Amino acid sequence: MPDIIEIVISALLVIAGLFGLIGSYGMIKLRDTMQRLHAPTKATTIGIGSVLIASLLHNYAVQGHLSFHELLITLFLFLTAPITANFIAKTYMAKHVAEDEVPDSGRDYGWTVYDDPPMSAPDPVTDPKE
Amino acid sequence: MRLLPHPLLSLALAMVWLALVNTVTLGNVILGLLFGWAIPLLTAAYWPDRPSLRKPWLFIGYFLLVLWDIVVANVQVALIILFKRRDNIRSEWVRVPLDLTSPEAITMLAGTITMTPGTVSATLSADAGCILVHCLHTDDPDEVRDTIKSRYERRLLEMF
Repeated sequence: MPDIIEIVISALLVIAGLFGLIGSYGMIKLRDTMQRLHAPTKATTIGIGSVLIASLLHNYAVQGHLSFHELLITLFLFLTAPITANFIAKTYMAKHVAEDEVPDSGRDYGWTVYDDPPMSAPDPVTDPKE
Repeated sequence: MRLLPHPLLSLALAMVWLALVNTVTLGNVILGLLFGWAIPLLTAAYWPDRPSLRKPWLFIGYFLLVLWDIVVANVQVALIILFKRRDNIRSEWVRVPLDLTSPEAITMLAGTITMTPGTVSATLSADAGCILVHCLHTDDPDEVRDTIKSRYERRLLEMF
């Protein structure tokens, strides 16, 4: 294996470790749950991304075959990470953030955490007719 | 019922299947296409008003832009965590009114906001006309709102 690829892979792994560490440190340093949410959703995506690119390169340059699993992991991560963060944020808001602490929605209806959505026709999927 | 209710979803499913088995053989391609054909048909009932992407090719540019922003976001958030004193981190709630209407487009925008610079989308207004964003550190909440609207929402509006 040429040295240059070895160096690139090592560099990627070091970057990944650094960002993972900073993300975890953020969990200690930041003040409340809403702030802490920022640390794992951001500082770790680049960490995981670097590990995956390193793995991709290693598979290709050392083992000599292209692996697509890393791309799939990236795809699933992008699909799931924002949804997890959103659920944590909503749960936290419902329990610990009063309605007057956040800005008004400026609409006829308030935020979903505090206010019910407008009544609409029954959903054919969730409310099937008997 | 159309034979291919969602051609893009079919293609995506076939690609995911090929990536999952990790070997491109004729059998796997046929099996992947079979899944791509059957799964959208079987799940069509769960997508009553599925949107059609008007300009799907714009998605590639959008994806690359978001990818780049994620890298920038990572570095920014890391710097804030490392070098800002705890008391100097000024978090703000930012209200972003939406022009997007389809649930799928709003979901994509909310996901993008969460993955990019120092912002997490927290909740929607009950009539889905406005999104509440939590910003880790900002001196100017209005600028955050304008960036989200001009950088991401405008592109999504073109796409859907």
